[in-house]
Amino acid sequence: MSWLNALIQGVLLGGLYAIFATGLSLAFGVMRFVNLAHGDLAILSGYLVLSTASTFGIGHVLSVPLVLLVMAGIGYIGQRVLFNRTIGPDPLAGILCSFGIGIVIQNFLLARYTATDKSLDAGSIETSTIRVNESISIGHFSLLTFGSAVVLLGALQLFLSYTSIGRAFRATADDPATAELMGINDKRIYGFAMAIAFATVGIAGFFLGARETFAPASGPNQLLFGFEAVVIGGLGSLWGTLIGGVVLGVAQTFGNQLSVGWNLLAGHVVFLLVLAFRPNGLFGTGVRT
Amino acid sequence: MLIVEGLSAGYEDFRALFDVNLSIKEGETVAIVGANGAGKTTLLRAVMGQVKLHSGSIRFDGVDISSMTTHERVKLGISLVPEGRRIFPSLTVRENLLIGGFTKRPGPWTIERIVSMFPMLDRLLSRSASKLSGGEQQAIAIGRALLSNPRLVLLDEVSLGLAPVVVKQLYSALPAISDQGTTAIIVEQDIHQALAVSDRVYCLLEGKVALTGDTSTVSKSAITSAYFGAAV
Repeated sequence: MSWLNALIQGVLLGGLYAIFATGLSLAFGVMRFVNLAHGDLAILSGYLVLSTASTFGIGHVLSVPLVLLVMAGIGYIGQRVLFNRTIGPDPLAGILCSFGIGIVIQNFLLARYTATDKSLDAGSIETSTIRVNESISIGHFSLLTFGSAVVLLGALQLFLSYTSIGRAFRATADDPATAELMGINDKRIYGFAMAIAFATVGIAGFFLGARETFAPASGPNQLLFGFEAVVIGGLGSLWGTLIGGVVLGVAQTFGNQLSVGWNLLAGHVVFLLVLAFRPNGLFGTGVRT
Repeated sequence: MLIVEGLSAGYEDFRALFDVNLSIKEGETVAIVGANGAGKTTLLRAVMGQVKLHSGSIRFDGVDISSMTTHERVKLGISLVPEGRRIFPSLTVRENLLIGGFTKRPGPWTIERIVSMFPMLDRLLSRSASKLSGGEQQAIAIGRALLSNPRLVLLDEVSLGLAPVVVKQLYSALPAISDQGTTAIIVEQDIHQALAVSDRVYCLLEGKVALTGDTSTVSKSAITSAYFGAAV
């Protein structure tokens, strides 16, 4: 029965990883941009929620929409004035640039908020559970996280499939030079894509901060989970990202079930196995270059 | 409508065009012919803003567009059917056509009209565009360019790599384009095809204009010598 519990908890944990990975997947899918600051941005969002709440005297949950807007704005401006300059045949410039931004964020957070662990307060939903039987209970907050992942990915899928801008995203991802021939400003599309990516990382930052404590240096670990989810699911596949998150989550909870302390190791092992035997991921279509 | 003056352009160290002058009037269909590497594609790419100009200017409707980005030129009403068709592989046929209308320029072209011009597209609309034949992809590329309702459409090597019967099918659609008052520049290696549909012809040789004239009056031998750069 405890294995079934581990499975359920793992699937739900996967929802968090999927939200986190969505932004990575989008930035890579649309502009081949590997954002090494993604984890730090999630942590930054967590701190922004804290600051917004204390500045306006509102709750953490109410602060989230405001923080998402701010993150989207930072994403758009950051892409237009900074990351767009790194786009070119060599992906290294973007990787190094985002790596640098990540370090700047970590040190900014350290200077502004100190190294003390913080956490976010999502209210009573954090601890309330549905008790199935004596060995299985499902947390409302985990369910909410997973549900949010599904809604987020579904909304993104609809946006990409059925809107004019969504089509422009896909066309630009296919072939930016030809997309320009359609009157599409690829630089602007990249800005929009990064705005969405930053907003999703803000959502991830909230769920992460409400689930566990975080500190200025927590970002890189989260980045690793996000990358693992993307690679397991397969680049370029939105629903693959969800499956990737779920596989990673289940691997971690199963590892934990085998022996406490094996949870992270089990996740990494599954990631390496996928990379070795299905380098395009479970649902990936491969990368066009 | 389109005036190119003293245009020199190329790629990094390589210069493909030398002091090219071009003048296109509204409603004309103009052919640009020339051998491989004569600079035809570079000329179209320069008009679209896809290659860097070394010198010279490009004016469209009296406006200097030389320093405009490609997407700004599309919004003004210039559209290119690129060499190699460049269909978006992850979009369906319908989506490939729809994205042509991204700028929402008003005008006569609709998907229904494109389909009635190229009936072969009718049953393909919801298919992925990546697995179609060259002719079908070329029809999509032409339709896609028209859906931006351009005033000037540039067609680059429409016949390249296609069976003669397919080429004939595609070229039979050209009158429908000029009937809308749309100005067209057609780049072709196939001289006969180009002359058959155009009012005027420019012949490029090694990046320079070697000959220009009305299609009805210019002699075959003059074109041949301009094409190959040899006295006949």
